[in-house]
Amino acid sequence: MTETIVADYLGMTLQVDSLDNENQAYFGHCARHEFHLQKCDDCGLIRYPVGTGCAWCASGNFTWTPVEGKGEVHSYTEVVHAIQPAFKPYVPYLMLVVDLDTQKGAPTEHEALRVLGNLVTPDGVLAPPEMVAKVGIGSRVRMVFTDIADGLAIPQWTIDEDAAQPAEIWRYPDA
Amino acid sequence: MARIDQLDPELGASLREKYAIVGVGETEYVRGSGTTTRAMATRAVRNAMEDAGLKPGEVDGMMSYSAMDSTLSTFVSADLGIRLNFYMDVLGGGSSTEAMVGIAMGVIEAGMCETVVIFRSMNGHSQTRVGGTGARAVAPVVGEFLHQRSYGWQSPGQLFAPSFMRHMHDYGTKPEQVAMVKVAHSHHASNNPKALYNNRVTVDDVLGSRMICKPLHLLDCCVETDNATAIIVTSAARAKDCRQIPALIRGVVGRVSKPRADLHYEAGPISTVAGHYAAPRLWRNAGVGPEDIDVTGSYDAFTFTTMMQLEDYGFCKKGEGGDYVSDGTTFLGGRRPNNTSGGHLCEGYTHGVAMVVENVRQLRHEADDSCPIGPNGKRQHTYDHSEGGCRQVKGVEVSANLGWATPGTGSAMVMRRGA
Ligand SMILES: [Zn+2]
Repeated sequence: MTETIVADYLGMTLQVDSLDNENQAYFGHCARHEFHLQKCDDCGLIRYPVGTGCAWCASGNFTWTPVEGKGEVHSYTEVVHAIQPAFKPYVPYLMLVVDLDTQKGAPTEHEALRVLGNLVTPDGVLAPPEMVAKVGIGSRVRMVFTDIADGLAIPQWTIDEDAAQPAEIWRYPDA
Repeated sequence: MARIDQLDPELGASLREKYAIVGVGETEYVRGSGTTTRAMATRAVRNAMEDAGLKPGEVDGMMSYSAMDSTLSTFVSADLGIRLNFYMDVLGGGSSTEAMVGIAMGVIEAGMCETVVIFRSMNGHSQTRVGGTGARAVAPVVGEFLHQRSYGWQSPGQLFAPSFMRHMHDYGTKPEQVAMVKVAHSHHASNNPKALYNNRVTVDDVLGSRMICKPLHLLDCCVETDNATAIIVTSAARAKDCRQIPALIRGVVGRVSKPRADLHYEAGPISTVAGHYAAPRLWRNAGVGPEDIDVTGSYDAFTFTTMMQLEDYGFCKKGEGGDYVSDGTTFLGGRRPNNTSGGHLCEGYTHGVAMVVENVRQLRHEADDSCPIGPNGKRQHTYDHSEGGCRQVKGVEVSANLGWATPGTGSAMVMRRGA
């Protein structure tokens, strides 16, 4: 019933297999610009990325649950030398590891739902250099989506213009 | 049932010094081998057998690891006239070496075979680029990788960098401190005639080289080379009949992982690596601690990997890795040199085997540098570590290898000089 999704994005072929039920559901939500994650029916913890069981209690029972796309940059890298050829026009680009506000500090103080993504403009295009230069560890970001094909969009991050940014944002100390 | 992290102090001792590495072999570290992984593997294994003084009928186990970019034990054994009682070729990159030594010990202990050769053969420059450029960069993105590669997040440097950046954030680790890893290894490589890059570099050279992905400059990254490497594991009893002083295996841990081996960033703190989890088991098994180690081989896929592992295995306090790698300790002539061959940053990239090869030679007191060979056929080490000179560490008795797969997974091994 479900079909394999094959789409081109920045020179790469992205493929969501018809048998990959979890990723089909995840990216299907993203295509509707909704961010849903799997919430464990037994321990109640949400998990990321997509999986077939609970990373915290091994339960196989879960419910797709809407999750707010707001958070803070936990760490990042700024890619200057792109590996995939089609990313080269966009360097430097940021790869962000973002702590969601939802479930931050659970199950222990060291954990958070750390959701990956690039820094992009509000309409989902890899961010220009002047935007890249503003973001670092501590930056407040909100989720947006990059549309790729029918049934396929990927979650991304952009600066949360409505949030108070921290007084100090940690960035790699450029000489 | 006892908790898994409640280590029984007695259990680690059962195989201590019962097995040894008796032979090591390698091909040249080059960019452009002009040959196949099969041909290179055969040469490396042959070299290791000659080193150990073993004939084809005296090796009956073979293991290898690859990223589906290499030859298999079936072909290499055929080319060497070896009839195998055991072989296994597995998927794996960095940190496979130490793990496989442990597997070899278990296989021999189980009576499945007597002597195991472990090899890794890779055209890491000519065919399958370690850094992920070339064919790998344009391969279809499916399954789990949709959550990573879709974001231009693919090469080892890109994947590991958030751990490195967070270490700088959490502990104030400075780029110029970590650059000293490359400086030290380049000094060591200058005393290693086999090293691909044997010029000494400075902190300014590292920080002045072009940025790849922050915090990694070009010279923070390892080289991509073509080479094969091999080591031979057998019982300490059989080792007595081999040609060399054995490197006795005191303890090993393999592929120890953080709580999430898939996306380790989900469990924190992310400025801590798998060595934190591996250390208690390693030192329990080896019956020694970091203070007893004379020389280390901390995997240097990047300058940062060396630093973070030394820290999490307890060679310094948590957060002080930047000081440890920049205060002279890890240099030849220092208190505890690291990667005396020049490692993956300078000698060549082998997915970890060459760092074990080097420590085996250090334990034999036979580092293959430019020191003169005496009438007994052995090198007469000068212990003058200046450029182009000696790279033997004086009086080495105990070594540690710290293998790295990712921030989330690692392996380690302690060896002692045998008689
Ligand atoms: Zn659960």
